[in-house]
Amino acid sequence: MKKIGVFICHCGVNIKDTVDVERLTEELADYPGVVYLENYMFMCSDPGQNLIKKAIAEHKLDGIVVAACSPTLHESTFQNAIEEVDINKYQMEIANIREQCSWVHNVKEDATLKAKLIIKSAIEKLRLNESLIPVSAPLTKRVLIIGGGITGIQAALDIADGGYEVILVEKKPSIGGHMIQLSETFPTLDCSQCILTPKMVQAGKNKNITLYANSEVESIEGFMGNFTAKIIRKPQYVDPDKCTMCDDCTSACPVVVPDEYNEGLSFRKAIYVPFPQAIPSSYTIDMEHCLGFEPIACGECREACEPDAINYDVKTEEISEKIGAVIIATGYDLYPVENMAEYGYGKYPDVLIGLQFERILSATGPTGGVMLRPSDGTVPKNIVFIQCSGSRDPERHLSHCSKICCMYTLKHAKLYKHKVPDGQSYIFYIDIRSGGKRYEEFIQQAVSEEGIIYIRGKVAKVYKEGDKMIVHGMDTLTGKKMEIETDLVVLSQGIVPSEGARQLAKSLKLSTDEAGFLIEAHPKLRPLESLQSGFYLAGAAQGPKDIPDAVAQASGAAAKVLALMANDEISHEPVIAYVDDNKCSGCGICIGICPYGARVLENGIAIVNDVLCEGCGACISACPSGASQQRNLTDDQINNMIKVILG
Amino acid sequence: MSNFEPKIVCFLCKWCTYSGADLDGTSRLKYPPNGVVIKTMCSSRIDPEHILYAFQQGTDGVFIGGCHPGDCHYQTGNYKTQRRVLLLQKLLQQMGINFERLQLEWISASEGKKYANKIIEFTDKIRELGPVSRMDGKEDIE
Ligand code: FES
Repeated sequence: MKKIGVFICHCGVNIKDTVDVERLTEELADYPGVVYLENYMFMCSDPGQNLIKKAIAEHKLDGIVVAACSPTLHESTFQNAIEEVDINKYQMEIANIREQCSWVHNVKEDATLKAKLIIKSAIEKLRLNESLIPVSAPLTKRVLIIGGGITGIQAALDIADGGYEVILVEKKPSIGGHMIQLSETFPTLDCSQCILTPKMVQAGKNKNITLYANSEVESIEGFMGNFTAKIIRKPQYVDPDKCTMCDDCTSACPVVVPDEYNEGLSFRKAIYVPFPQAIPSSYTIDMEHCLGFEPIACGECREACEPDAINYDVKTEEISEKIGAVIIATGYDLYPVENMAEYGYGKYPDVLIGLQFERILSATGPTGGVMLRPSDGTVPKNIVFIQCSGSRDPERHLSHCSKICCMYTLKHAKLYKHKVPDGQSYIFYIDIRSGGKRYEEFIQQAVSEEGIIYIRGKVAKVYKEGDKMIVHGMDTLTGKKMEIETDLVVLSQGIVPSEGARQLAKSLKLSTDEAGFLIEAHPKLRPLESLQSGFYLAGAAQGPKDIPDAVAQASGAAAKVLALMANDEISHEPVIAYVDDNKCSGCGICIGICPYGARVLENGIAIVNDVLCEGCGACISACPSGASQQRNLTDDQINNMIKVILG
Repeated sequence: MSNFEPKIVCFLCKWCTYSGADLDGTSRLKYPPNGVVIKTMCSSRIDPEHILYAFQQGTDGVFIGGCHPGDCHYQTGNYKTQRRVLLLQKLLQQMGINFERLQLEWISASEGKKYANKIIEFTDKIRELGPVSRMDGKEDIE
């Protein structure tokens, strides 16, 4: 039988005042297996620990119970102490007689009796504890980052700087995300492209970063430290090594389609460069619109291409990459504006969404940065901005706050004023949320110096009269209905997770909230990790976010990954499920129960993948034959504890 | 029966309710000493057989505490627990044991007060029901 030592702590007077420690020491002396008992003022102190270590050596103890404070406080202290004298740390149990006994009861007799039961149940658990070693598995020191916006780029650069290989996958033909579409950024008004382009170039050139643009992650199999990602790389049809960027092909191409970069405010050809600073810097053929797939029908660009860089026959590639961790930085989309018929978007060319207005403000935009409205190319003399378009409207649209709209709307109004000094802008708002650093100052300055008019209220309807737009709304502060005649209407469209992110979350079994944003492992203490080990979250995929926050999260997630990569192998708690081969009938109930995919059928036995198992125990209580058990919390251990508690 | 002190087994998940119970200690809230705690990683570890075993060994009540719906550290463990407990309550009733002797509560790590209150209520209820016997199953539950 295991030789057990019991060490009862007085915790000064915290335990001793309510629990009769001397009596416990006496009464437990002849409890089966207990060969040594001692009580002491502060077990956690150095002398206390030494006393334990000495007793282990002198009495050849196989394991100990420390009756003291909650295990959250000193479990590891005592585990480390016994490891110093070569006892496996799982041969130690804490009996929580402070938080759950001496501090919550008044009558000494009652508390003492309860403490005795707590200690006895700890002894029963310890009696059947096995010595365990942490589960370890090899670690592939490469990282997959999904999404090449500012978040993905920042994380990729940080990890590459740390010396590890990064696979950066972007669905569009160029990295840059939404940020590359922006004109200037709040609250500092620095030019978005000027600050982002150098980072894009670095990401494109860094020898530790492999960039797959025009590509999507189809699946990720495996477990933390050992994933295999399947990446689908769509062809560009233009060999970047041969292409001289002469642009002859675009003039030859007869197909004209709306330009995504300019949010449909201008047109591009079917063979195109997404935008001048694109990385990778190369032409792409948009296979949805190109006629060249019927070479008889077209083939103009190939004929025009002097260096012969165009090849219509390139096929979609399927790439498999081994990685150890994944950062999801899939960003956001805008809430579908079609859902908001009352604002007349799509019907009237002078109703725009914020990103379109952003393009009009931009020097690389469809008007070359000149403030002109789309319908007739005149300068708008006034603009109505509608905030919370789709956001904070749980009955009809999204219930969440999209967080960045208050700020970017004001930025729009401000930049408009810089371009049209005698122009007037009106902003309909519900509340103004300006919680970021220097955001409130940005707002106050604009209101006092730029003459922007804020109207608290909601817009009911937007319609056209002559060449003017009429905005019908209600000022909820005065309770008056109002009608504003304006040249342009701009909607601050709500933010939703990108479509790809939703699909990805589903296929990777990552949990999302009601809006589809990824859920973090803990909202406050583990905001950058997913519950699924090995997956990290950053940027707007986790929730609406401005650029500073997205970048901070990117670097945070990168730091988490770098900490992981610094290990030689991965290890985790061995207090997990195991299976008794002789009892397992292979029914597979556990497989459906396991939230981590850790149970798999192998030769008719539902084995446990030690690395994937998180040790919740759900499969154990579901197992009809008792074949599944939890290390150091087996059915027998639980039953023995129940028995002594009821003793 | 006036000096009857019930014996109670409490199963608490480590992440939420066990921490909530610890918080009672730190805040020095008081509750009756009848229940002794068995800590599990998740409430879903609790096998119906353990509960039946506890009744067989003479417990007067079993109290289970887990994380709030949506908060389980292991995603969905508490939903499994809820289903099992509902079924088990029916079974207990059929065996002639009042189903109220098995109670499940969602108590988070910050809800020390709730833990104390629930334990007080539960202990009172069991006191009222008296020592466990195969004859105390009241009317059928829905
Ligand atoms: S961890 Fe608390 S119920 Fe699952």
